[in-house]
Amino acid sequence: MHELTIATSLVELACDHAARNGGGRVARVDIRLGVLCGIARSLYFCWGPASRGTLCQGANLHIEEVPLTVKCAHCDAVKTPRALHNFRCPDCGRPTPKVVTGREMQLAAIELADHRERLLA
Amino acid sequence: MCAVCGCGAEEVRIEGALAPVPAHPAAGHHHHHHLSHDAPPQPTRPIHFPGTDGGDRLVRIEQDILSKNQAFAEENRARLAGHGILALNLMSSPGAGKTTLLVKTIEALKGEAPIMVVEGDQESSNDAERIRATGAPAVQINTGRGCHLDAHMVGQAMTSLPLADRALLFIENIGNLVCPSGFDLGEGRKVVILSVTEGDDKPVKYPDMFAAADLLLVSKLDLLPHVDFDVAACVERARSVNPGLEVLTLSARSGEGMLAWLDWIRDAR
Repeated sequence: MHELTIATSLVELACDHAARNGGGRVARVDIRLGVLCGIARSLYFCWGPASRGTLCQGANLHIEEVPLTVKCAHCDAVKTPRALHNFRCPDCGRPTPKVVTGREMQLAAIELADHRERLLA
Repeated sequence: MCAVCGCGAEEVRIEGALAPVPAHPAAGHHHHHHLSHDAPPQPTRPIHFPGTDGGDRLVRIEQDILSKNQAFAEENRARLAGHGILALNLMSSPGAGKTTLLVKTIEALKGEAPIMVVEGDQESSNDAERIRATGAPAVQINTGRGCHLDAHMVGQAMTSLPLADRALLFIENIGNLVCPSGFDLGEGRKVVILSVTEGDDKPVKYPDMFAAADLLLVSKLDLLPHVDFDVAACVERARSVNPGLEVLTLSARSGEGMLAWLDWIRDAR
């Protein structure tokens, strides 16, 4: 269920920015999702219903998935764990609770549709 | 009611509030534009974008999708800090014993500090009534189909509570080991409660919850002889996703372990 909350938050945020930038239709929404969010598939599923009747209706949702990396304090380096939720350094085996990337949930950009489209409409 | 997500003015209810609370405030918390459900908003006039030749235009944004929730959470946190109130966000699956633990905790601490409770459930005010029976003020939030509390709901509920200085605020989240972990409510600490009847592998099955928590309470310890729950294995798994996680074991029913939990709260204040 909370994918729908996130989808509707995303629609609202994208519509706010579209309104601030001329109020035109949104053609594409680019977001960045960390793999730990684990909601990419269901977000695609929710996108249509959540955007219906808004400036984002019909917009393509483009998701860039951000891989998991952690900071190993012992090796003093950024590492990629062997598996999601296995927060251990793949080289020295020590716990690596500090997540560097993988939890992102960001609206990166929107692409506004051609304004002439609205003149013709 | 909205056909898209089932939300509606009647959907989120805050019972015990001093004044009716709109589920969809003008401040724009809720996540889509209701006015636009039936008809898309019409631009009042065509707008020319200087520097474009009619092609599509990219607007860079770089903003967290849940930034509105975060803003409400920071507002709640500032209000709580202004009163020196410690707020604990209690999360677990349904039936882990959150409300029973809360009732026992309030009974033990009510002589030491003013205590207030925000109760979250999809439906019913049963839990708020159980809390009020202890004498503590409680506000019930019913989320309807919502699977978690968000910071705006909690902020609205807080306006109905007597925010006394140095008070304790317990926020009992919706019973759910998944969604509540992603929403900051403005609390001081997050506490996840896992009962021994649920299985010791839950921390690796629902890692986000255990990664987000500050404290794990392993509850219903009185039932341990009757179930195959390995406390040490559970703690090891929980710490594999959150090495800094504090852990306490207790039974609200027998009272075992309660003193350490009460001391943890006292220290957190």
